Amino acid sequence: MRSRRALFFAVSAGTLLLVCPPAAAAPRTYTVVIDKMKFGPVPAQLRKGDAIIWVNRDFLRHTATATDHSFDADLPANAKVKTVLKKSGAIPFICRYHPGMRGVLRVR
Amino acid sequence: MKHVIALIAAAAILARASAAVAAAAPTDPQIAHIAYTAGSLDVAAGKQALARSHDKAVRGFAEDMVRDHQAVNVKALDLVKKLHVTPEDNATSQGLTKAAQATSERLAKLSGAAFDKAYIDNEVAYHKAVNAALETTLIPSAKNAELKSLLQTGLTLFREHQMHAEQIAKGLK
Repeated sequence: MRSRRALFFAVSAGTLLLVCPPAAAAPRTYTVVIDKMKFGPVPAQLRKGDAIIWVNRDFLRHTATATDHSFDADLPANAKVKTVLKKSGAIPFICRYHPGMRGVLRVR
Repeated sequence: MKHVIALIAAAAILARASAAVAAAAPTDPQIAHIAYTAGSLDVAAGKQALARSHDKAVRGFAEDMVRDHQAVNVKALDLVKKLHVTPEDNATSQGLTKAAQATSERLAKLSGAAFDKAYIDNEVAYHKAVNAALETTLIPSAKNAELKSLLQTGLTLFREHQMHAEQIAKGLK
């Protein structure tokens, strides 16, 4: 009897796992630092919904601008701006004022 | 022709600064003065372009020059203050100022497409000359690490400016 009950619970739990998808990973926030006319390393494992805080440590004004226009952060000297990644895929970005400064975000 | 002479003059002044380094490298107070002067002259050129040009790309470039060179000079002034260094006037700074004065007078007589082309051509040549001087003379001669670092960031920035000016020059008739 006890084993049948245990079996029932095990099956029920299994069914529940099948029915309810695993909760989506909570959005995370990452930092990308701009210093001496360069974007620092970009985080790997980015997911849609995650956020990036762009930190401009330069004394120059920069922007972090997606070439597909999905984000455009204006970054005066020493500013911090948060952008949320609303789409997945490879998103190249540049500084509009200094287009030689560039990088790519890879969002899953 | 005058325009070519002015460009050659600016390049020659900076080349002379490079050649002089073999005999006596510029000191940090002189380097600070040359870098600040070169920046101020380009801010003035940018303001002249904003007063005279109606071309969107040229005006955008001029705004970038005013904003970036002013920012570098504010940083340079903060640094010399912190280091208790008094920038020292020298032949290179004086030569640059004289050449820029001649260029400004020549540009003041031009308008429209002729002005745009002359301004951008001068910006290409000016940034080329300043970048060469930074690379071969000013950065290697700088003793203070913070000054050297600022000049290196400046060189990365001014190379961007040179590329941007070259790109605009291609689009101007």
